[in-house]
Amino acid sequence: MSNVRKTFDAELDRLKETLLEMVKLSQNAIDDALRALKETDLEKAQAIIDNDIQINNYEESINNQVVKILAQQQPVASDLRRTIAVLKISNDVERIGDLAVNIAKSVLIIGNEELIKPIEDIPKMAKIAQGMLSDAIKAFYEEDVILAGDLAKVDDQVDDMYGKLIKELLELMTKYPNSLSQITQLCFICRYIERVGDHATNISENIIYMVKGKMFDLNA
Amino acid sequence: MTDMISNQQNENSAIDDQYIFDIHDFNLWYGSDQALYGINMGIEKNKITAVIGPSGCGKSTLLKTLNRMIEMVPNVNTSGSIKYDNADIFSKKQMVEDLRTQVGMVFQKPNPFPKSIYDNVAYGPRIHGIKKKKVLDEIVEKSLRGAAIWDEVKDRLNQNAYGLSGGQQQRVCIARCLAIEPNVILMDEPTSALDPISTLKIEELIKELKDKYTIVIVTHNMQQAARISDKTAFMLTGELVEFTDTDTLFSNPKDKRTEDYITGRFG
Repeated sequence: MSNVRKTFDAELDRLKETLLEMVKLSQNAIDDALRALKETDLEKAQAIIDNDIQINNYEESINNQVVKILAQQQPVASDLRRTIAVLKISNDVERIGDLAVNIAKSVLIIGNEELIKPIEDIPKMAKIAQGMLSDAIKAFYEEDVILAGDLAKVDDQVDDMYGKLIKELLELMTKYPNSLSQITQLCFICRYIERVGDHATNISENIIYMVKGKMFDLNA
Repeated sequence: MTDMISNQQNENSAIDDQYIFDIHDFNLWYGSDQALYGINMGIEKNKITAVIGPSGCGKSTLLKTLNRMIEMVPNVNTSGSIKYDNADIFSKKQMVEDLRTQVGMVFQKPNPFPKSIYDNVAYGPRIHGIKKKKVLDEIVEKSLRGAAIWDEVKDRLNQNAYGLSGGQQQRVCIARCLAIEPNVILMDEPTSALDPISTLKIEELIKELKDKYTIVIVTHNMQQAARISDKTAFMLTGELVEFTDTDTLFSNPKDKRTEDYITGRFG
């Protein structure tokens, strides 16, 4: 069987590559934001905010590529699903970039103020959320629906940890009323990390749709 | 018990009512060459069924079998059955003229007769014995309106149909088909010789005709099948590979061969 759509295949490959480049930037942004928090590195935090435009540009580029493919190639079947999946996944990846910016902003607000208590569970939760993002991208690249489906369970772990952390932080608020601002920012950061997990789950849903042609709600 | 039986009968008649054609284990040979292999499909009433597939896959053969036009080709043999409205189309009782009155056909190239627009449309009804001018006038207007071309030709009904554009000629041919009030319209690539705007007009018309007629359309244009049909059949080397809702076939086909063909990876 010969392939009569080489140009179209090249365009689909380029779309996938663009998404993977965009993902790398978002992953790095999240990694850097968490490192900035841990190391109180305000310069790094500011750099994340400044560089977010690159991630946004990638999203725009993917948008344009998809519009061109839809208009010129009228994809059907798995080609159509792949094109739509990339468009939707790029939206989640862009939101992850925004969450990195949000974490960086919180780091800047906390500033050089010493943390009232080293909170070990935040990096633990962050590690799981980062792992979810890596797995989601691996599942996309390898079209692995089993790995994608498993992420729903991991997201439940993140949600549980988030609940416990918020409870702990609220208790700290009563103990350290003078540090309300810092504790509030830490609550926000926990929320942003928890949202990274949700976006990874959304990506998984789109991978399953791309491969199987069916939508499953993994966030339920 | 009686209720159960009558319910069963009701269900059966509901199924019978749903399909206007029931094709069962149908094979066809041109001489010793087999062109169709074990086709099983039901054509639903008041739906648009599209048949797609590469050249030589048997889609036009299947279409032409539905009103027995295929018999114009010498040395055609068949086995299996095709029922139209629950009656075998190949039975001796079935008059081929009656079948073709009920199952009309529109061809690839517009083929109006070298006559006036009026006479083109009135041709069928006249053959069926309608002579009264008033009745014919009504049929011609109704048919031309039905084919969405009345407004364009009402002032020049006596002019030769050859003077119309290709898209207009094709709609006159559709009107000629509607004039004998068929139940089914078979269309063999009805827009392949037309420009994009005329194509869209015919496509809109086909969708409107669905309320009153059952339409079976053979098309090389997959986007056209995706745009207008309710059901799509994919054929390959004389076999029916996949037959399902059009939305499903074009978004999530089950058979790898369908996927390869519609995505253009089938050389």
